[in-house]
Amino acid sequence: MAIKLPIYMDYHATTPCDPRVVEAMLPYFTTHFGNAASRNHPFGWEAEEAVEKGRKQIADLIGASPKEIVFTSGATESDNLAIKGAAEMYREKGNHLITCVTEHKAVIDTCKHLEKTGYRVTYLAVRKDGRVSLDEMKAAICDKTILISIMAANNEIGVLQPIAEIGAIAKAKGILFHTDAVQMVGKVPFNVNDLKVDMASISAHKMYGPKGVGALYVRRRNPRVLLASQIDGGGHERGMRSGTLNVTGVVGFGKAAELCKQEMAVEGERLRKLRDRLNDKLHKQLDELYINGSTEHRLPHNLNVSFAYVEGESLLMGINDVAVSSGSACTSASLEPSYVLKALGAGDDLAHSSIRFGLGRWSTEEEVDYVADKLTSVVTRLREMSPLYEMAKEGVDLSTMQWQTEGH
Amino acid sequence: MAYSSKVIDHYEHPRNVGSLSKEDPNVGTGLVGAPECGDVMKLQVKVNPATGVIDDAKFKTFGCGSAIASSSLATEWLKGKTVDEALAIKNTAIVDELSLPPVKIHCSVLAEDAIKAAINDYKKKQSDDGKSAEVRTQATV
Repeated sequence: MAIKLPIYMDYHATTPCDPRVVEAMLPYFTTHFGNAASRNHPFGWEAEEAVEKGRKQIADLIGASPKEIVFTSGATESDNLAIKGAAEMYREKGNHLITCVTEHKAVIDTCKHLEKTGYRVTYLAVRKDGRVSLDEMKAAICDKTILISIMAANNEIGVLQPIAEIGAIAKAKGILFHTDAVQMVGKVPFNVNDLKVDMASISAHKMYGPKGVGALYVRRRNPRVLLASQIDGGGHERGMRSGTLNVTGVVGFGKAAELCKQEMAVEGERLRKLRDRLNDKLHKQLDELYINGSTEHRLPHNLNVSFAYVEGESLLMGINDVAVSSGSACTSASLEPSYVLKALGAGDDLAHSSIRFGLGRWSTEEEVDYVADKLTSVVTRLREMSPLYEMAKEGVDLSTMQWQTEGH
Repeated sequence: MAYSSKVIDHYEHPRNVGSLSKEDPNVGTGLVGAPECGDVMKLQVKVNPATGVIDDAKFKTFGCGSAIASSSLATEWLKGKTVDEALAIKNTAIVDELSLPPVKIHCSVLAEDAIKAAINDYKKKQSDDGKSAEVRTQATV
């Protein structure tokens, strides 16, 4: 079977809308266009009904009650609302927050913002496997701690944090627990009660729904979480997030959640096999590969590999018919390599040599084989022109070399 | 990021990849950059001691496509130049030739540094071997 190029293998960045999601959305652009807040005519009722259906579909996916779902524009807004909203609401109780260095920027930069306004934030380090230490977390907790925010699964390395254990610690201490669950929800089982999560950020476009809509799960019972709204206006979404609801988006989000719930078990297993196939093929065909992050506690569809002695952007250039991401500096606006990979302590050189593969609903075995073979040839070619590879083969210890770094 | 056609050409068909013997007194080696910065260039020149002209140039680069292209282009330009002409190569000429965007200018700077490091290594080797070699080189310019 001929494969269609380019190949998309960047499902952590975004996912295409499932055609069944698009189909569900279509009527809400045209005939069912009402404002869900219009309470006095059928157009509004129809829209409200569609929103409530979507809310239930999403709640069902994460074991929540529909009333606990607050719609937002996406997970960045959800993270902002959870962290700033809780910090502001519980200011009298304390001013200390705990998060971790490998969080998404939507969490880290929100925390940095709070630090400028009198809050204190502990950024927990991660171990080499990408997970936080529960002992370090317990040690960081003080009587001023009001919120712990730790992501469920990392967007670069797919590493799953010990969310259930953190939830138990937070609950025992009476501290709120927020998790950025964007990469995990819809992919592997995630239940807010089993995990003792008080708030969870989720996004439609990471789970085969449309862009521009997300949600924050906000616990209503035991404890009832209150948040200071960050966007003021008509008092939508229980006063926590004003603004006319994105009805089409919510309909699509709901449908996407329903499909994920139905297909997660089969899809997760299929992707795990594909991911392992990719990993096995690469390891058979190339030496000096390093998997970044835990292989045990990891999303089934993620692989993050450093190809030693080869720089990530040049690697991407050689596989320009494959869409993946690199932790290399050159692929981003900043000149710093991935802060997530740096936090693992593997060394900046390996961060520069990394590729993130994200498999998804439409990934195939043929695509995996194509990508593995293509990477093998490109890595081999680039290593032949890599001074580092040559030096390593000559027995030079690169870690003790004196590099000329000034000015670069 | 979009690359210029010249960068792509050098990336796909790099000129003069390889290594020259570091032990050769007529070979100068420059190794610049650092792995943690994402760029390391090794650039070597082989100078004809009789004429002071660079007969051969080789490179190996760990870095992005623009870094590979900058060093590949540098080796092309070095061949046939005298040592002092080589030292006059400016990074801006590399930027112009490859149409490098602002975020990639550091690649051209690194290539210029690599040229200078290689030539200086050659000169140092020559002066260590006795002043005569360097004098001879200067005289031919």
